Order: sequence, then structure tokens, then C-alpha cells
Amino acid sequence: MRLKRKDILGIDELDPDELMLIIDTARNFKEVNEREIKKVPTLRGRTVINLFYEPSTRTRTSFEIAAKRMSADAINISVSQSSVSKGETLKDTAKNLEAMRPDCIVVRHPVAGTPHMLSRHLDCSVINAGDGMREHPSQALLDLMTIVEHKGDVRGLKIAIVGDIAHSRVARSNIYALTKLGALVTLSGPPTMIPPGIERLGPAGSVTVEYDMNKAIKDADVIMMLRLQLERQGAPLFPTPREYSTLYGLTTERLAKSTREDLLILHPGPINRGVEISPEVADGPFSLIIDQVTNGVAVRMALFYLLLGASREDKDEPRTEEKE
Amino acid sequence: MNRLAIAGGRVFDPEAGIDGTFDIIAMGGRVASIRPSTGDMEAFKGDGWTLIDATGKLVLPGLIDIHTHLREPGFEYKETIATGALAASAGGFTAILCMANTEPVNDSASVTRYILDKAANACGVRVLPIGAVSVGLKGKKLSEMADMVKAGCVAFSDDGLPVLDGALMRRALEYSKLFGDGGLSVISHAEDPSIACCGSMNEGYVSTRLGLQGIPNAAEDSLVARDITLSELTGGRLHIAHVSTRGAMELIRAARGRGVRVTAEVTPHHLALDDTAVEGFNTDAKMSPPLRSKEDIEALIEGLTDGTIDAIATDHAPHSPIEKDIEFSSAANGIIGLETALPLTLKLVSDGVLSLETAVRSLTSGPAAVMGLNMGSIRIGTDADITIVDTEREWTVDPAKLLSKSKNTPFAGWKLKGRATETIIGGEVIYRLKD
Repeated sequence: MRLKRKDILGIDELDPDELMLIIDTARNFKEVNEREIKKVPTLRGRTVINLFYEPSTRTRTSFEIAAKRMSADAINISVSQSSVSKGETLKDTAKNLEAMRPDCIVVRHPVAGTPHMLSRHLDCSVINAGDGMREHPSQALLDLMTIVEHKGDVRGLKIAIVGDIAHSRVARSNIYALTKLGALVTLSGPPTMIPPGIERLGPAGSVTVEYDMNKAIKDADVIMMLRLQLERQGAPLFPTPREYSTLYGLTTERLAKSTREDLLILHPGPINRGVEISPEVADGPFSLIIDQVTNGVAVRMALFYLLLGASREDKDEPRTEEKE
Repeated sequence: MNRLAIAGGRVFDPEAGIDGTFDIIAMGGRVASIRPSTGDMEAFKGDGWTLIDATGKLVLPGLIDIHTHLREPGFEYKETIATGALAASAGGFTAILCMANTEPVNDSASVTRYILDKAANACGVRVLPIGAVSVGLKGKKLSEMADMVKAGCVAFSDDGLPVLDGALMRRALEYSKLFGDGGLSVISHAEDPSIACCGSMNEGYVSTRLGLQGIPNAAEDSLVARDITLSELTGGRLHIAHVSTRGAMELIRAARGRGVRVTAEVTPHHLALDDTAVEGFNTDAKMSPPLRSKEDIEALIEGLTDGTIDAIATDHAPHSPIEKDIEFSSAANGIIGLETALPLTLKLVSDGVLSLETAVRSLTSGPAAVMGLNMGSIRIGTDADITIVDTEREWTVDPAKLLSKSKNTPFAGWKLKGRATETIIGGEVIYRLKD
């Protein structure tokens, strides 16, 4: 089985079947990461380039490990700033890389739409590892996988996403993924962090906004905390981290307001301990933050497999078709 | 003396109150007579006559575009005065005003004279310079306006930038009253950069979905309000460039009702496209002010129809792929517009959204009145600046065939109906559409 597309640019374009195909494939690959010899030969001889225009440890490492465990050759390129002020344009960089015949370029860039632009100019596969505030599809997929592992069917589940929704690609990708599969999403944060029209990102009624975090999490089956981006200077979205964490921090006291016994707590990381999430909660019994990271490698292996690996040696295809 | 006859066409000049089949005769570059067509063109076929058979076509006063960027001096790789003038003539424009954000900035008589000199050697389209309000467009000191007016400037503007300092804007509006007949216009690019901060498209559902920082209507409305109050305080002539919002529209309408000397223009693209045009991160849909919502477009159409908006002006802003074929938020703002303005405006007429009268006024007598120009109407004794339009001519916008040096247009591939077939300036046929 192979995905009917060349690229993974966002969750927006994927249909529910494709989402579940990726999750199911990822769950199969998860086992590989628990073996002593963490290697399958499926993508031997393939080349994957990680082209990161924004700093990242976890996502880039995860993509690199995923590619290597599939036996692909993985190269990392970090560009410290956007190409505009410093010489070579993005398009030129990509074209030059393409000349070296990679099979897949994984790109993270501070400006939304950049993976689309690359996809138009490149023949190889493009995976979006985060484009500005728009989407981070592999994150939403690993979040979805984590929820599915614990809850089975996502339909009807209540998910609360708390934090800087306006600037969060993780929030957007998750809204798409969860509502496409029938979950209900409540977004919470100060009004300065809720963008206009966000309720319309999911089918009617599937996305609601609730400024009061206590109300937002009360009946939630899953609470997803977003990192407060303290480095975002010049945009006075909240007065101080102190006030922010008083209103929107997930602490043990606030958790006591939840009505759920089997609550799941997720966070895309890295966490700001004591700001959006207290250490006790981050390390506590409901937290799946570390599981998410493990699932991230599996999801990325699945993406590489479904984009690059599947069809050529697919044993299910009948031999007679080769004659045509 | 060479004589020009434009015969058998439907002459449509709302300002002069003409709508009918007339023959126009020009001698020595001026309109000599306008008389009802007899259908007989034999008299116009002898020696010394240039005959244009305008049967079935619309004959209009020469179109005027009061907002263009010709990029020369300094950015000749994007456009030159010569190529911009050619593009203008192909779009049916007989006169264009060019903004001062060149390099060096047009903040002195010498740059003004340079521009006029280049224009004199171009195809013949009348190029009228707009001088900077502030030296270097830095928004700190008034430029030498008197000197620039003497050299040929017809208005002042710091466009693409707002004049942020309220005191400077006030003084500019006051000082400009010295020139022209009752003052020359100070043209405002009304946008508060702190509210617009970091945005690259309209703020709304589309920007949320595309993950792009948005520019709310308030960025424009707040500065429009400020500029109106300053015009009211000083009695200076204020012209709001490229209005894009319902809020700005309402402010201008109310101010006009109070007798404030404020005029306004709108671009064809702000009428033809809304913010959904940005889908797919098309940088040819990126401009300042950004494309807005359907509700804003409705308000702009109302404004044109009731006269709150006096002019349609292109804000022709050529950019090369170097500035456009890059990440969306880094891409330069602006699109070309000289060659698509008339067809897009005619499309509004054929869609029943605008009357032909409003459309023609907005491209002729409206802009002329805003800038105090003796143009925009076909009258005996005035320069024979005339645009002949085939309203039935169907064509597809092909950027490669446009005469502008730059090709940054979101209308590539659009099927339009209506095009200038001859552009006449001072009785000379400057442009003829080749089949």
C-alpha cells in the first residue's frame, strides 16, 4: 500500500482513510524500535535530506533516526537564517539539493506555504516538518497515534488544546486530524492567542473556543498543552509568564477539576516546566509526553515507507501486471 | 497639418454629457470638432487625414491612472519609464502619475526633471511625477515641495509608506495649499505599521487557515481616520490611496458629507479579488493593502457608485521573480495593473455591478478632478487624448505578451472581454492593438 500522493504537506489535504493508514503502519513499525537491532532494509539506497531553516533537536533527530532505521541515507542541513537576506534563495538551495537526487526532502521553515512552494519546484517527495504557523503534520500524526493507542476510536472524544493557538502549527494540524476522525476539540487560551475563524477549521460544531481553562478541561478526555513561546518578543500577547501560568498552566490543582479518571495529557515539547505545565504533571501518571516522542519515530518511519518504500517490492501485486 | 478623424464610434463622455455616435476630428493635436456621425467616412480618407473607423467601438476620453510605480531611477530591472509608458498605452492610458519611491527618491527638482526627461523620450504617454512628502521618504522633514512643483510634480506622497508622524502630515497638508488651484493633493498610504505588524495578508479566517499573520482592517481605518481629522483641521487636500476596507469607506463618506476635502481611489484588483486569492500561497496575490473580504468589496463598489470613491487607479507595482518567487511572507508587495485595469473594470460593468458611466468616470474625469488636471473629457480646444475600446474583444491574459517588463499578475490565464484598440495622445495614435 502506498499513499496516493508525492508529498506530506499538511493534514488539511489528507482524508480519514489516509490518516488511519499512516497510524496503522506506524504501529507496525513501533516494534522495530524496541528490538536490539533497530533496522529494516526497506529503504536501503534511498536518500533523505533534512532541510531545517528553524532550530530543532527533537523533530530533526526523530526524522533522521526514522530514515536510518529504514536503512536510508539521511543528511542534515541546518540553515541558520532565512535565505532572503543572505545570498542563495530557498528555491536555488532546493534545486541544488535536488541535483544530488534525494528521494525525499524534509523541510522545516518559519514561513507558511514554503513546503508547497518547494513541492512545485521539486520532483522528489517533500515532507513538511513545520511551516511557520500553518501545519506540523507528523506531530499531529504522532499525537493521534498516542491517543488511538490508549482510547481506540477517536470519534466522540473530547480534546482540549490549551495555549498559544494563534501561533501554533501543532494546534492547527491537530484540529484537522482529530475533527476529521470525529473528535470534538475545545481550544483554550487568552483572547490574544485565539485567531479569528479558528472554529471553522473543523466541521460545524466540532471546534469551540473557551477562554476559561477550567471549563475547557473539565470534561476533556485528552488535554494537549502547547508550549508558551517565550522567545516571541515584541508581541505583547500576555503580561508575564507568571500571570500566564496562573490562568493557563496545567498544575495538579487544576487537574483536580477534571472529571476523568483515564485522562491523557499530551505536549509536543519542549516543555517549559512551571509555565504551561508543572513538573508534577509533566512527570505524573497521566502524562504521555515521553510516549509521544517514541511514537514520533514510528510515525516518521511510516511516512517514509508510505511515500518511498511500499509499491516497488509489494508482494501483494500480481506478477501478471509487470508485462504491461 | 495632419488631421485625425475618429468616426462612427459610440462616444461616451459622462463629464461632457455625451453618449452617442459621433465623429471626432482633431487638428494640430487638439479636438477640433465633435459632430453626429453620418455614416459617411469618405471625407476622412484623403491626404493629410488619419482615419480610425470606430464603428462598434467605444470612444472614451483618454484614461488616466493616478497611481503607478515606474521604478526608474533605481529599479530599472523591474520596469523603466519607457516600458511602463508602453504598458500604459497598451492599457488605454493617455496619462499616468508615478510615485516617488524610486532610488534616489523623487524628493527634489532634479529627480523630478530626470523622470520628465525620460518620459519625454518614451512613447508619448503623459507621465506626471508625484513628489515625496518627506525627504528620502523617511517621514521626518518636508521635501522642497515648491521646487518640485516648479519642476513638474502634480501631487505629493510617501507611498508605499504612511507618513507616521502626525505633525509632519499636518504640516504637509497645510503647506500643500500653496500650490495648484487651491492646493495640491497629499496622497496617503494609510496603514498603521504597528497594527499591521508582520502581517502578509488580510486578517481573517483565510489567514488563520493558511497560518499567516494577518493585517486587520483596523490598520487602515485608524490611519484614514487620523488623516481625515488632519485634513479637516488644515483644509488641505487629502487623497486616500488604494482604499480597501468598509470602515475606511464609511469614514470617507461621512467626512465628505461634512465638507472635508478628502478624495479616494480603489484598485481594480481590490474589486476583482478577495483574500481567498492567496490560497496556494500565490505571491501574485500579495500586495499592500492586502486583498480583503467580500463584505469589503461590496462597500467599495457602493463607494464607487455613490461617488465616495472618485477614481480607479492601478497601483501598478512591477516586481521581478527575485522578489516574488520566494517565501510568502518575504515576497514583495504589489502587482502590475496597467494592462488589465480597463478590461477588469469593463468586466464589472458587464457583470452588472457597476454602470458604464461610473466605470468611465472613475478612469477619466474622476482622477483628473482629484489631481486638478485639465484632462479626462473630450472638449473642443483641449488635447486630443482619446482611448478607443473594443468592448466585445475577448482575450486571455498571457503575462509573456504583456508590455510591462515585469509579469507579476494574479490575472494570468483570465479570460477577459474588452480592450483598448487605439490609444491617441495629442492627436497621434501612440498605440494600436495588433491582431
